[in-house]
Amino acid sequence: MDVLDLARWQFGITTVYHFLAVPLTIGLGLLVAVMHTAWHRTGDPSWRRQTRFWGRIYLVNFALGVATGLVQELQFGLAWSDYSRFVGDVFGALLAMEALLAFFVESTFLGLWIFGEGRIPRRLHLACIWIAVGASVLSAYFIIAANSWMQHPVGVAVVEGRPVLTDIGAVLTNNTAVSAFAHAFVGSMSVAGAVLVAVGIYHLHRGSADEPVWRRSTRIGAVVTIAAFAGLLFTGDMQGKLLYGQQPMKMSAAEALCETRAPAPFSIFAYGPLGGDCNQVTSWTVPGVLSFLAHGDFTSSVPGVNDLQRQYQREYGTTYPNTPAFGDLAGTPIDYTPMLEVTYWGFRVMIAGGAAAALMGAYALWVTRRGRLPRSRWTVLAAIGAAVAPFGANAAGWIFTEMGRQPFVVVPNPDVPVGERIWFFTAQAVSPGLSVTEVVLSLVAFVAIYAVLAVVEIGLIVRLARRGTELDQQTRGDQDASEDDRQLALAY
Amino acid sequence: MDLVTVWFVAIAALWLGFLLLEGFDFGVAMLLPVLGRTPADRSLMLRSIGPVWDGNEVWLVTAIGATFAAFPAWYASWLSASYLLFVLLVVALIGRAVAFEWRHARHSQRWERRWTHVITTGSVVAALGVGAALGGTTLGLPIGADNTRVGGPLAWATWGAALGALAVLAFSLVHGAIFLALKLNGPLRVRALAVARRAALPAAAPLLLWAGITHSRNGTAVGSALLLVAVAAAVTTWSRLRAEREGQAFLAWMGLLAATLGTVFVTAWPVLLPSTLNAAFDLTAQSAAVSAYTLTVMTWVTAFGLPAVLVYQGWTYWVFRQRLNATPDQGAPKLPVAPRSTADRLDIGVVSREAVPHIH
Repeated sequence: MDVLDLARWQFGITTVYHFLAVPLTIGLGLLVAVMHTAWHRTGDPSWRRQTRFWGRIYLVNFALGVATGLVQELQFGLAWSDYSRFVGDVFGALLAMEALLAFFVESTFLGLWIFGEGRIPRRLHLACIWIAVGASVLSAYFIIAANSWMQHPVGVAVVEGRPVLTDIGAVLTNNTAVSAFAHAFVGSMSVAGAVLVAVGIYHLHRGSADEPVWRRSTRIGAVVTIAAFAGLLFTGDMQGKLLYGQQPMKMSAAEALCETRAPAPFSIFAYGPLGGDCNQVTSWTVPGVLSFLAHGDFTSSVPGVNDLQRQYQREYGTTYPNTPAFGDLAGTPIDYTPMLEVTYWGFRVMIAGGAAAALMGAYALWVTRRGRLPRSRWTVLAAIGAAVAPFGANAAGWIFTEMGRQPFVVVPNPDVPVGERIWFFTAQAVSPGLSVTEVVLSLVAFVAIYAVLAVVEIGLIVRLARRGTELDQQTRGDQDASEDDRQLALAY
Repeated sequence: MDLVTVWFVAIAALWLGFLLLEGFDFGVAMLLPVLGRTPADRSLMLRSIGPVWDGNEVWLVTAIGATFAAFPAWYASWLSASYLLFVLLVVALIGRAVAFEWRHARHSQRWERRWTHVITTGSVVAALGVGAALGGTTLGLPIGADNTRVGGPLAWATWGAALGALAVLAFSLVHGAIFLALKLNGPLRVRALAVARRAALPAAAPLLLWAGITHSRNGTAVGSALLLVAVAAAVTTWSRLRAEREGQAFLAWMGLLAATLGTVFVTAWPVLLPSTLNAAFDLTAQSAAVSAYTLTVMTWVTAFGLPAVLVYQGWTYWVFRQRLNATPDQGAPKLPVAPRSTADRLDIGVVSREAVPHIH
């Protein structure tokens, strides 16, 4: 493996891992804020227990999100310095805005929420979690705006072959960013809802104390997963239609559509070697649906991967330039076709994961209707599986969209005349002069640490989940002492 | 002053802000094995930085982000040339970040000790790492004509990096000790004061040496003035500590960092990343800066965002301003207790440490 491959694995692994923790932070944070609001409004101690139970789990995961986010801030300069130099006029600004306008707010107000009970007025304490959650969401928007700029560069002019920012408004309102953000947001809600359902069902099945907390968790979570899936379909469709215009190769790769078809069928399941000759693949398809996904009607033509390959060769070159910047790939033919196995299955795993969570949500609502309790152990196992599924869906979605843009790291924008287009190949983005040793060391270090942290975090969350609300059940022995002692089990 | 200069100053200010704030977080963590003899002591020390450490760390992210935003060539060359150093730094920060939150999530002594060690080790390595990185970019790295590293994976480990590492480590240690003297009461405060008093002057030396070296390479009147201020600040810190006026000592110690980093950055201008191979390979601000448009956008964003940060972070410190006693009380004045309703009165499902000792 050369530096390019290692660097790509490293970026992929660390980014996907970061995005396992982040959706739970965003989604669960929002739900905890809702619970805290209910507690505040009703004064009901069981809402307080529910808030603190879920708040504890939220904070365990929040730490991992922050920790893995630090790597992201540095990665572009570490192994992708030529990318950083190329996009620096646009990309760095977005990251800096995220830090200055969102991350600061989130970290500060979360600290106030954790430690501030009894120290600041109750309404202000409630406001703190809402502000922190709002900042998380804003944070996601900036990051996704940065990624969306890579997928669909807007608001720039070409100066000496490099993109120079001319319109920050265009970058921040990039329709790619708006749809991707909306999609990622509901994806986060799906994750959070599914986790609520799993823990709620577990406790209801066990007959744990504090039934209202578990019943509410289950039902809130269930409604969220169902609404989220509807949101995912809607935003996904919106995003898909944009992408058919902006990155046709990615979407045809999602379908593993080899030849242009009009009308184009949607493939539900296919087997056979997807990367090779299309004749060897057997696929169960629904006629016309791909035309609908691409254009909103059932007849329009959707370009096939082979036709797009030829088109891109005409527009962007048949071989990589023969310069040192391209390392081992200099002068070799450019394959504009993404890895079809990854895009095809990534796309479907993503949809299946969200669907699984929603189906479990619907079942959870049914099985807990009118005060009933789930009787079967299989319900609990299904709920746990359905909680893992949306994590997989989020990962699959990102892998699909990032692998689907290869070989580009800045994708040419087809809305712009060919002469004014900006693009950058992944092959030329890697830091020059970086040795294999360094990247191997860092890759091993990150993988090892992330693996350990995953095990520890999952262990912690499972423990906390199984404990239930007993930590908050104890009421003070001595009134006077406890008035003076607001030591939270949330804080240290 | 043109925008390029403004942003150089801004980035220097962000690094300064980071060290002024996270410096004492590092220091407190380093002192855990030294001053924190019992689990209760250690919990108390960690509670003193509990509400603020995460917000403090964001200054690092912002400093790095701003470097990328305003001078992407600096960000690119600096980070890729010091690859393994930054990897080590981020690994330390990762461990530290999760350790803070996970340490108290289980009731076992072994668990707490292990994560305490991670916090301490992570903080030591992070302080060294940040120092080495800053030392590299101010005292020079082996970069060539194309602004990339010449040499192998450890070529960033120069004497300049070592000096910077030592300087930040020493600064943080004393900064943390003075902070503890400020935040705590009782025997811990006394011990912290003693550590600070004894370490202050030796700890100031690497910082002063760092500033002295940069000044000797590119002496200016401003640089000379700042150096004198720095020396005065170091001496003032020590004398205020002897007088047990830790608040003044804290301010003086911050002044030391501001003056020394000030010297370093003033003398550096306009070179962002000096080359130890050939001055012709130095990376300068003008060549590394982004377009005027981007700098303008970022200036507006910062003009709004940074004062806001100072306000709400400042408010956090205000809310948690009180000294912590050995009995856990979170270090903030209590609100007047006047329950408005029965629901309010019932809403005290709080665990008392003394009453229920098996709950942490």
